[in-house]
Amino acid sequence: MLELVIISTLNGVLYGMLLFLMASGLTLIFSMMGVLNFAHASFYMLGAFFGYQISKFTGFWIGLVAAPVVVGGIGALVERYGLRNVHRHGHVPELLFTFGLAYVIEEVVQMVWGKLPVDYRVPAVLDFPAFTVFGTNYPAYKLFMLAISVAIFLALLAVLTRTRVGLIIQAALTHPNMVAMLGHDVPKVFMLVFGVGTGLAAVAGVIAGPALVTQANMAGLLGPILFVVVVVGGLGSLTGAFAASLLIGLVQTFAISLDVSVASVFRAVGIDATPSEGVLGDLWNVTIAQVGPIIPYLLLVLVLIARPTGLLGNREA
Amino acid sequence: MSAALAMPAAAAATAPALLEVEDLHAYYGKSHILQGVSFRVGAGEIVSILGRNGVGRSTTLKAIMGDVPPRGQIRFKGQAIAGLKPYAVARRGLGYVPEERAIFPKLTVRQNLALGEKGGRRGGRWSYADIFRLFPRLEERIDTPGGVLSGGEQQMLTICRTLMGDPDLIMIDEPTEGLSPQMVARVAEMIGEIAARGVSVLLVEQKLTIALKLSQRLYVMGHGQVVFEGTPAALSADEAVRREWLEV
Ligand SMILES: Nc1ncnc2c1ncn2[C@@H]1O[C@H](COP(=O)(O)OP(=O)(O)O)[C@@H](O)[C@H]1O
Ligand SMILES: [Mg+2]
Repeated sequence: MLELVIISTLNGVLYGMLLFLMASGLTLIFSMMGVLNFAHASFYMLGAFFGYQISKFTGFWIGLVAAPVVVGGIGALVERYGLRNVHRHGHVPELLFTFGLAYVIEEVVQMVWGKLPVDYRVPAVLDFPAFTVFGTNYPAYKLFMLAISVAIFLALLAVLTRTRVGLIIQAALTHPNMVAMLGHDVPKVFMLVFGVGTGLAAVAGVIAGPALVTQANMAGLLGPILFVVVVVGGLGSLTGAFAASLLIGLVQTFAISLDVSVASVFRAVGIDATPSEGVLGDLWNVTIAQVGPIIPYLLLVLVLIARPTGLLGNREA
Repeated sequence: MSAALAMPAAAAATAPALLEVEDLHAYYGKSHILQGVSFRVGAGEIVSILGRNGVGRSTTLKAIMGDVPPRGQIRFKGQAIAGLKPYAVARRGLGYVPEERAIFPKLTVRQNLALGEKGGRRGGRWSYADIFRLFPRLEERIDTPGGVLSGGEQQMLTICRTLMGDPDLIMIDEPTEGLSPQMVARVAEMIGEIAARGVSVLLVEQKLTIALKLSQRLYVMGHGQVVFEGTPAALSADEAVRREWLEV
């Protein structure tokens, strides 16, 4: 049991930090532009595929740096020549634009790399067990992922709170017009934030790609969870996004590793009153691991009922 | 520059214009708010725009900043600025203090002031020391979030924030609104100090007494147009204008 707690906590925090790599950019973009970027997870996927492609020629490490830069550049161009033009027509067209973009990216990825998973591997230098708890090996690559996401988290925090650009971003979150009228080129700052935000998503993709499966459906799998994170955390709140990322990372990881059902709990305390037939019987025997994928959405619904602004948000979701 | 301040009002009116607005129109959706506004502000002048609520004074300032799309001519230091983006207008040396103050509430006083600086431009008219000498309260509260300051302190902070960008002309929208008489006096003093450093001031006001005392020239607006233009003495003498366009 202790083994399970330790391993699941590590995995949960790791998953949470990866989520935050994406949720932070999504949150900043939402706060500044008021638009939920439905294509955010697609930039994560692009990160993984670009990382894979670049690593084929140059090895993993150059891919790790180059893929986010390229994806961030694409993100900045999308903001400059796409979103900014659509912005004039209001939020609904903007939302539809990002929706369409997500489909375009998915189709393009399928055209170039096909529907099957590509062979994106953990680099050899990191392909060893870092330590062993209770006979379970914990891969060094996972620790590396954790280190990268924590480092980026700290860097992001430092930039936002310690630098002039960070100050301009913080002020533009609440008063973009006023910031512009003090002489700051706010549209350029928007482009920068969009570029960095999508670049961070790509970092998550590059480092997650070898650990998970790099496949054309990976944006579709992750996107919904990402929205749960930013809504549960409170749209526009970075602290909220951080808390919700960790929460959902941990909850999902633990849920998957808990092979418990109502029936098994009853059996454990010596009761064997299983209603074997019908819906009730099915519910009785369903394990937490089986409902694991639903748990984030359940959390979303519950949080929205109790606190429509999300855990730490202050605007209506 | 300070010589301009010493000029009598009549001479100031013929001083080279820093800001010239000609036949300015502005719309909110289909409503035609500004219907041909024309005025000018000379170098070193304090000029006030008066008028009842809703006549379009704030819209005039916003149109000059490019925050509301302007139609007509706006020249600043002899160059056309209509159609420029707000940040570009600000970088030309036009400072703006909005009516709603727009303090960045979660940022400290220091950070608010830092955001007024335009970056890459040092050695302007105003240093932090100047600001703190004018208004010591800001130094005491330097690490306090702007949002918890009193209304008067926030007003001072917004004016100082804009000054940090070293504008050649500062447009201040109803700075004394909702302030105590004591704070009103401080604001008036501050505006005098700004002009004394050779910065022109375009003041939008409700309080006739302040405007009469501070300004070299005044404009009165009504229904999106300028309905009076003249010196404080001329406005004081013109009871008809005051009754029709100013008194409530
Ligand atoms: N954002 C806006 N949208 C629509 N109408 C507005 C807006 N702001 C101001 N108005 C209208 O424009 C007119 C002029 O407003 P304003 O310039 O704020 O007047 P003043 O500053 O002289 O009190 C008013 O009738 C006001 O109702
Ligand atoms: Mg007004």
